[in-house]
Amino acid sequence: MIDLVMLFLLVVCALVAIHIKDLLGSAVLLSAYSLIMAVVWTRLNAVDVAFTEASVGAGITTVLLIAAISRTARGEELMPRARHVLPGFVIIVVTAAVLIWGTLDMPDFADPNAPANLHVAPRYIEHSAEETGVINMVTAVLASYRGYDTLGETTVIFTAGLGVILLLRGRKR
Amino acid sequence: MIELILGKYNYWIYITLMMIGFYAMISKNNLIKKIIGMNIFQTAVFLFYISIGKVSGGTAPIVWDGAVRYENPLPHVLILTAIVVSVSTTAVAFALIIRINRAYGTIEEDRILEINRQGTGE
Repeated sequence: MIDLVMLFLLVVCALVAIHIKDLLGSAVLLSAYSLIMAVVWTRLNAVDVAFTEASVGAGITTVLLIAAISRTARGEELMPRARHVLPGFVIIVVTAAVLIWGTLDMPDFADPNAPANLHVAPRYIEHSAEETGVINMVTAVLASYRGYDTLGETTVIFTAGLGVILLLRGRKR
Repeated sequence: MIELILGKYNYWIYITLMMIGFYAMISKNNLIKKIIGMNIFQTAVFLFYISIGKVSGGTAPIVWDGAVRYENPLPHVLILTAIVVSVSTTAVAFALIIRINRAYGTIEEDRILEINRQGTGE
């Protein structure tokens, strides 16, 4: 029940964040959306992902968003024009129909015998603690088995930081 | 039919969230609104991915004597990486928007296109 209530709150937050004209209000609603999302992930037992989302998604993204708004404009000036709205609706309805059609072949939610839970994951669940000495399996996979992945991730952050500095430095026009 | 709905309604709510973000990316005129839509879309995709690793009766994937079953740790790892990458893309997008605002004095897509048509923009 509580899960359904939170999913409903997520939909409401997303809709209102898209709808209102005040961008600062949108930023706060997006932050609330991220925090509720963190709670939903805690309910799904994805604790590591939940606190990353609470700090990075709800924290850093909001700071970036407010910084961007303070340097540009706070209000949304133009409504989307009619010739943009209709194609948008058609595209999302078609995409949603295709995605929902796709879910019909998927295993049910929380099915222990879903193929995704039978193949690679049991190997990590059974052996990661003895092989790496870390009892948190997510940490073990992130920092040990898939260490190169994490190295790639830091490269992405470095590149993004470099890009931001190069874009924003220089004389103000 | 009831069984189908009970098994899949979570996925359908996630798809609704994705489409809300997608709509903002397509139809909104304001560039910051587009990025807010992109964030909603990304987070909904992460939720979809995490829920695939959900196992009924599972506990958090941390070794514990009382655990009967663990959640699938693999989606958690992949999404941890994806969250950080999504923040990086958001940061670069905002830097680009600030730069566009400096050059054009507006962040509304229609105005920017108009200025470009008149040939006075950069």
